[in-house]
Amino acid sequence: MSRTSNNSNEFVTVAIGPQLFGIPIGLVNDIFRPERLTSVPLSHPDIAGVLNLRGRIVTMIDCRRRLGIVRGPEERDFMAVGVEKDGDHYGLLFDRAGEVLRFQPEAHEPTPVNLDPHWRTVSKGVFRLETGLLVLLDVGVLLDFSRKAAA
Amino acid sequence: MDDLLRDFLTESGESLTIVDGEMVKLEADPNNKEVLQKIFRLVHTIKGTCGFVGLPRLEKVAHASENVLGKFRDGVLLVTPDAVTLILESMDCIKTIMSGIEQTEAEPQGDDSGLITRLEEMAASGGGDAGGTVAEHQEFLRAQAAEAAESAAASQAESGVKAEPVEAAPAPVKEVASDKNPAPAGAKAPEASLANQSIRVNVDVIEQLIVMVSELVLTRNQLLEMVRHSNDSEFKVPLQCLSNVTAELQGSVMKTRMQPIGNAWSKLPRIVRDLANELGKKIELQMCGADTELDRQVLELIKDPLTHMIRNSADHGLETPAERKATGKSDTGVINLRALHEGGHIIVEIADDGIGLAIDKIRAKALANGIVTESELARMSDAQINRFIFHAGLSTAQKVTNVSGRGVGMDVVRSNIELIGGSIDLKSKEGHGTTFTIKIPLTMAIVSALIVGVHSMRFAIPQICVMELVRAAEGTDTKIERINTTSVLRLRDRLLPLVRLSEVLSLPPIERTEAPEAYIVVAQAGGQTFGIVVDTVFDTGEIVVKPVCSILKEIPLFSGNTILGDGSVIMILDPNGVASAVSGEVATRAAAANAAGLVVADREQKQAMLLFRAGSPEPKAVLLGAVTRLEVSDATKFERSDGRCVLQYRGALMPIITSLSGALREEGGQPVLVFSEGEQTVGVAVDEILDIVDANLRFELTASGSGVIGTAVVRDKATEVIDISHHVGDVFQTWFTKRVAQAQRRHILLVDDSPFFRTMVAPLLMSAGYDVTEAATAELALKFREEGKSFNLILSDIDMPGMGGRKFASAIIQDSQWGSTPVIGMAADTDSDELGTFDVLARKFDREGLLEAVRGIISSQERAA
Repeated sequence: MSRTSNNSNEFVTVAIGPQLFGIPIGLVNDIFRPERLTSVPLSHPDIAGVLNLRGRIVTMIDCRRRLGIVRGPEERDFMAVGVEKDGDHYGLLFDRAGEVLRFQPEAHEPTPVNLDPHWRTVSKGVFRLETGLLVLLDVGVLLDFSRKAAA
Repeated sequence: MDDLLRDFLTESGESLTIVDGEMVKLEADPNNKEVLQKIFRLVHTIKGTCGFVGLPRLEKVAHASENVLGKFRDGVLLVTPDAVTLILESMDCIKTIMSGIEQTEAEPQGDDSGLITRLEEMAASGGGDAGGTVAEHQEFLRAQAAEAAESAAASQAESGVKAEPVEAAPAPVKEVASDKNPAPAGAKAPEASLANQSIRVNVDVIEQLIVMVSELVLTRNQLLEMVRHSNDSEFKVPLQCLSNVTAELQGSVMKTRMQPIGNAWSKLPRIVRDLANELGKKIELQMCGADTELDRQVLELIKDPLTHMIRNSADHGLETPAERKATGKSDTGVINLRALHEGGHIIVEIADDGIGLAIDKIRAKALANGIVTESELARMSDAQINRFIFHAGLSTAQKVTNVSGRGVGMDVVRSNIELIGGSIDLKSKEGHGTTFTIKIPLTMAIVSALIVGVHSMRFAIPQICVMELVRAAEGTDTKIERINTTSVLRLRDRLLPLVRLSEVLSLPPIERTEAPEAYIVVAQAGGQTFGIVVDTVFDTGEIVVKPVCSILKEIPLFSGNTILGDGSVIMILDPNGVASAVSGEVATRAAAANAAGLVVADREQKQAMLLFRAGSPEPKAVLLGAVTRLEVSDATKFERSDGRCVLQYRGALMPIITSLSGALREEGGQPVLVFSEGEQTVGVAVDEILDIVDANLRFELTASGSGVIGTAVVRDKATEVIDISHHVGDVFQTWFTKRVAQAQRRHILLVDDSPFFRTMVAPLLMSAGYDVTEAATAELALKFREEGKSFNLILSDIDMPGMGGRKFASAIIQDSQWGSTPVIGMAADTDSDELGTFDVLARKFDREGLLEAVRGIISSQERAA
């Protein structure tokens, strides 16, 4: 609904396998390499665990699982993007985190209707890059564990 | 709200609480001039400030009470219980008015003339020139009321106040006048120096400080840990210094939140006094250790349980003077309230010298309520039986009085105390009294905990619920024994039910021979004692409790998480969660153990399930009835087409779902579960097919949509039962649910106005294998009839807006089309005999019962068919 305004069209690019994703930079607290992850028994399968990030306890979300992406062949080398929701700190696990890009609003496309329904709910649109397509993630939906899976 | 008014309310509130306590003291010791002087001063200050802030109604009541107090002071009037009651009554009146002011910022309307007249009469009755005084007073009051009505300026009201004692008590004119002249400020004068040394700080600021100090402590701990492992001593000295300062800072900041427990007690003397009068008992309340300090958050939370327990002791614990005399006791009953520090905890004891608990009655009641069996009771010690009063619905009070027994029992007290991480126990001797012991943590922010290890994970268990640690090893006296598959520990003369932490947490089993030794943490929580079996015990330490994020809050087993000295995060186990997670298990197992192998009847239906492994090491299950075939195909035969994985299967392309297992095998045989409906077939790739078992299935409604329909206990392990429809996608969703129900495919119409209830029950029925059509009203439901639809069964709420359930049912019965369709009525409560036109009545929130009713009707239909 909300159009990306001028000061918020900068995005941190992250990737799972070859697929690029973008997260609005205003939402990102840190980008870090996760260390000493403690898994939490009985938790939702998409929760990779909890870890200590400079004295804060951060709950890590495995975005590969969250987005239903089949495990890739290569060994995973995680990078995490720290975000905050309702006062809780979360880390979103991706394969890589890249540079910050500024997008022209003209390059913004609505989410293609034929996208996987689950992806459609977490996507806020697509940006055309020279190297490929970048899916803009809706972090709120991604972290909404009360929501039923897209039916 | 005006600052002045707020300060007035805060200060006067504090003063009134003190007055309450002091009045009770004065009643017991009428000649204590010091106490009297204190009361007089406090009431006077309240009155003076009232005039200053412009609160005429309040001022009048305060003024009249002050008059009576003045007579006490002058020795004209005797301190009688009646007089004290009257003063207390006027203090209550003041409190009521003040709470009104707090809400509306203005004095509430009301008439206090009755009370004021009685106060005046009381004051007059003592004076020698009674008539004159009363007349003068009334004259004065009238004048003052008129003044107030003319909305007199505050200063004028004040001058009225100043003038008053001169008229009322002519004798000590000089003294009183000089005492009163600087009235509101002057009364505070001796305390001024003290007051200047303390400031009011917003609680939020203190909370913020505590959070930051906690962070600092954590960082310090991490630094210490790092330096400990390196020989580089360069940092050691400054770090030591930092460490000391941090510890001191932590202490000081914690102190800012500390308040004497006496603050929670201040209202008790008054309560006990009123109770004693009401019940016709003589009660002495002894308090000791009121200056014991604890966290104000904890303090707030124990206020109510404490008050409740004191009421209980006064009402049920202590006997009437006559009864006491008959048993050779002094006619005054004593309630002793004691607080003390003990190893990082506060112990609060509430002891009475009353009749004690009637153990036979508790026994009978526990039996009657089905909490224990006779044979279990026979093995229980008296102390264990007494603890039953902490169970719900076990009040032993013979009659419900105005004072207690209003449905709030000791179970509520217990759960309130456990909520703040405390525990409660009692000792009782029939005829000699009862002693309750409450153990509460000093603060909720930092707890001392035991760090335990299971498999390769560490968890913290709050020390407060840990009773002892037992090391169990083969060949020693303490060893874990088994009854059937249940583990128990012979601990002294009792059998202790055991739960394995790894099982409670559903940790994947690790390959190893039975550990030769294990540690058992004997814990008490949720009203029961049980042993938690862990692999290792590391150490104990103070941990800073941090709340878990909201998406982890739903796991009842954890109360929080914390950062250890080495920087890693561990979860803090909630002993109550562990207790409730296993209570069913423990309770039935303990019962089984006690009854020496008695088999507990199994009322749940067993389901055949296929066990497999996919994606993770722990086994998963699907309902066997849903699976058409099991196939193992060569890994090379799988093809990718249009982004989806497919397999040539019986001359057609079968889509393969890989969301469970992740990736397909590169080579060798790939196991596939085949599901089909009519022409459509879909394969689900799994890592390994394990077994087919019969197990009880427990549905979880909360899990709907999460890919899991419930859990089943397979070989004593909770196993996830996968909702295949979730994985095969929406295209196949509808046919899948039908597929499960193949044997009993019946169509149910669910009529209920509550969407919440429909979303709760519909998946339950669907997972039980029925097709469900929902209707929000009876009118909508009848539309289906018009459309010519038919159902095997109708489930209807009784209470609905518009056409109610009863009317709906009778409409159906008279109908040629739906007349033979059975209707189950759902009510919140089926105690009433409201069967009426319904075939069956079911309790709305009893899932099992509801399913049972549906199954019953459907199966009788099948037999009839």
